[in-house]
Amino acid sequence: METMKAQNITTNDLFWQVKYDASRCTLCGSCVAACSFRAIECKVERRRMVFSEGDYPDPKSRFSAVPVIRQVNSVKNFCRGCGICQKVCPNDAIGPVRNPDTRFPVISRCLMGDSIKRGGRKNLEGDHRALDSIGIGRISQMTDPSLDASRHTFDILAPFGRILPPKQLPLKVGADGKLEQTERTPPVRWIYPVIIGDMSIGALSWRMWEAMAIAVAYLNEECGLPVRLCSGEGGVPERLLKSRYLKYLILQIASGHFGWNRIIKTMPHMTEDPAGILIKIGQGAKPGDGGLLLAQKVAEHIQAIRGVPKADLLSPPNHQGLYSIEESVQKMFLSFNAAFKFRVPVAIKVAASATSVSVFNNLVRDPYNIVGGFFLDGIDGGTGAAHEVSLDHTGHPIVSKLRDCYLAAVSQGRQGHIPLWAGGGLGKTGDLAAEAFKMICLGANGIFAGKLVLQMAGCVGNDRGRCNACNTGLCPVGITTQESALVHRLNPEMVAQNIVNYFLAMDKEFRKLLAPIGNSSLPVGRSDALVATDKAIADRLKIQYVC
Amino acid sequence: MCRIGAIKSKNYFHPSRIFLLMQSMQKGHDNSGFAMVMQDLGGIFKGFKNYPTLSLACTDEGLKIAEDLLHAAGFQRLLHYEPKTNPQPGLDINTMPNYVFETFMYPREYQKASAKEKGEILVNMRLTLRKALEEGDNGYVYSFWPDVLTLKEIGNPQDIGTYFNLWEPDKNFTARIITAQCRQNTNYDIVRYAAHPFFLQGYTVLANGENTFYLKNVEFQRKLHRGYIGFESDSQCFLYTLHYVHHELEWPLPYYKHVITPLPFEEISRRDDKDQLLAIRQSLAHLEINGPNTIIGVLPDGTLFTCCDAKKLRPVVVGRTDDYVVLASEVCGVNEVLPDRKWEKDIYPNEREIVSVDNNLEIQRWKQ
Repeated sequence: METMKAQNITTNDLFWQVKYDASRCTLCGSCVAACSFRAIECKVERRRMVFSEGDYPDPKSRFSAVPVIRQVNSVKNFCRGCGICQKVCPNDAIGPVRNPDTRFPVISRCLMGDSIKRGGRKNLEGDHRALDSIGIGRISQMTDPSLDASRHTFDILAPFGRILPPKQLPLKVGADGKLEQTERTPPVRWIYPVIIGDMSIGALSWRMWEAMAIAVAYLNEECGLPVRLCSGEGGVPERLLKSRYLKYLILQIASGHFGWNRIIKTMPHMTEDPAGILIKIGQGAKPGDGGLLLAQKVAEHIQAIRGVPKADLLSPPNHQGLYSIEESVQKMFLSFNAAFKFRVPVAIKVAASATSVSVFNNLVRDPYNIVGGFFLDGIDGGTGAAHEVSLDHTGHPIVSKLRDCYLAAVSQGRQGHIPLWAGGGLGKTGDLAAEAFKMICLGANGIFAGKLVLQMAGCVGNDRGRCNACNTGLCPVGITTQESALVHRLNPEMVAQNIVNYFLAMDKEFRKLLAPIGNSSLPVGRSDALVATDKAIADRLKIQYVC
Repeated sequence: MCRIGAIKSKNYFHPSRIFLLMQSMQKGHDNSGFAMVMQDLGGIFKGFKNYPTLSLACTDEGLKIAEDLLHAAGFQRLLHYEPKTNPQPGLDINTMPNYVFETFMYPREYQKASAKEKGEILVNMRLTLRKALEEGDNGYVYSFWPDVLTLKEIGNPQDIGTYFNLWEPDKNFTARIITAQCRQNTNYDIVRYAAHPFFLQGYTVLANGENTFYLKNVEFQRKLHRGYIGFESDSQCFLYTLHYVHHELEWPLPYYKHVITPLPFEEISRRDDKDQLLAIRQSLAHLEINGPNTIIGVLPDGTLFTCCDAKKLRPVVVGRTDDYVVLASEVCGVNEVLPDRKWEKDIYPNEREIVSVDNNLEIQRWKQ
């Protein structure tokens, strides 16, 4: 008889239990080969069979060695519930089952002596979302007819760049009675109101990144949708920097400044300006934590692009050289505006926070008119690696914060001067058009989305703890990994096609939402078009409560 | 639904003509009120063109409050006119005790001030009066501006005309421009201020339609000028944007059209003046108007104009003779006032133009 050891880990301690039916298994080994986490293994079990032959009981036993598949009992190689084993099994003999009795949060910390890290999606309160209680309730009729989504024309574009107040426009009436421009104005690009981003080339596999770049180029050049892709921190391949496709790319700089050496060195050879520069101060899903690219994902090409050795790459939680908001405006914004000779809009991305409105107020009052966008990132987004405690317990929801910033602008008569872009889990139900539209009615000029794009590519993760292994470099579908064998599971052409098709569908849905409220351009701040079925949400967002 | 109308003439004419114009369109409006603005005044006001006239509907106490405030500010009364009313049983009209039109001399220190300075003091005075009269519901001050009279009341327009004796021509009460509308704000609360035409510093606007960007407009306009108040009707936004573009930014009238119904981005990108149009569209994005509407407006120099929403969802027609130009929602109104005109010369403006009429009654059609 075996000795019982209370501290031994069993599969019942883990998040997921692998259910295996030996009677259906053909022992092909596909599941073991496919499991990128090595959470299952082959094992030979010693089995004893007791039998009796003849008319009277005459028990005899027979021992045999049986090959089986077994779940690994480990806090390192534990099952993430991705279901790849189930996907490859020809006989439905194996698959993960959620374990409600898991002790993982305790035993992992006890055994590893380290905080838990995982891929980013929030796992607490995942089901209740403010946007689900909001509807587009002002339907035009009678004297104020709805438009025709198929027949009428719609302007579905959003500004990216600093917009001058009307009285500061350098316009004077010329001799012919027409307005003439007397000075340059800050650059403003009118782009599609949904930006893909911002997921770095280190966080994502090269095939995933390639797929997004192909999709964006196709959407711009074949579909007429000026969609922009934000690079995330970590640089961009030199060939792309020198190509004409750079104009579809927003280059991000964050506190690690990864990749900027190469970007700056390539500037003299650029044939196009980038679509914009995004200075990342904070990230909504893990505010105050900075980016984290674990060494196992720092592949050779990432080392080259970023100019770093194979090591954990941590972006500090703040830009070390900056002391205050005013200083950041003068130093970072001015230098990036100047670097591209004031032709490229420069925006900022901050995590939603109790202090977001103060930051926004400071920027919207900047006297230099050089902050070209305020990207506000809420708690619900995030794709990369972080400490679980940050993912689960820090951060701020996006909806009310976006609304606060817009209303702060309204109270000063400064709405629209710095375009507001909001992100953080938008579209994770799959309905990005509706969620973007609601955010626009609440005051956003546009939105940005990353997680949903991964879902378009085949990500199997969800808010209830499925997979969420983006940090490990072992992404089972080849999206957030640099392992060649895993990356090759992803077909970039198929992914690009999915992204293009999703955007085309979304564009149609935008029209279907604009038409009934009778608007031909985006209803930025038109909160009278919204209704809420939750009184608290209605009051908080200052929209109509309905029941 | 609203019906709107305007008459501009080389000669002074009595408001009975505007009643005639509106009466024929009565099936289209709901007969819930009447409002008109008379500009370029004749009759007894003819000799006072440079002096501001107050248009007031008030209680006895309201009149005293207003006159005291005006006198305290240094305004001296030159002319007092109260239309003779004709109360009869059965008239559908919701009256105020007094309807007063008084013309004033500017305070001594402003008599040599520039027109701009005078314009500012008149707005300030009107806002002060409005606030003082609102407390205690003592009255409504519609306009305080040289050469301008405003009359608004709740009730059946026909009865309102009877009550004020406006069906009978009277050479002492005339103007060269009259704009009118026959409906109260029946979508929302019935408030006297909510009936267009609306007036601010020489600018008059009335509209037939809806403004689905009302909230966007209001939230932006509130911070643009102290005179942009009220917002009892979504059509007030049309006036404030006109005032802002033409008076505050000092841009020519065509740019009003570029602000309220900007060209689609694709069209802008093909234009020679794309930089200016894009700058305007993005800086004034919150003054864009969506929804079906027709606007009739008057500028301080007497120019009368009309334009429509970008999809031409509301009607307007311009009819004319040598001495008159008539703008109306429906052609039946024009037929009534100008039965002998050459109707082939009528203009039905499209969604991309402004039709304007100068003081010689010359018509310009400007294409956006």
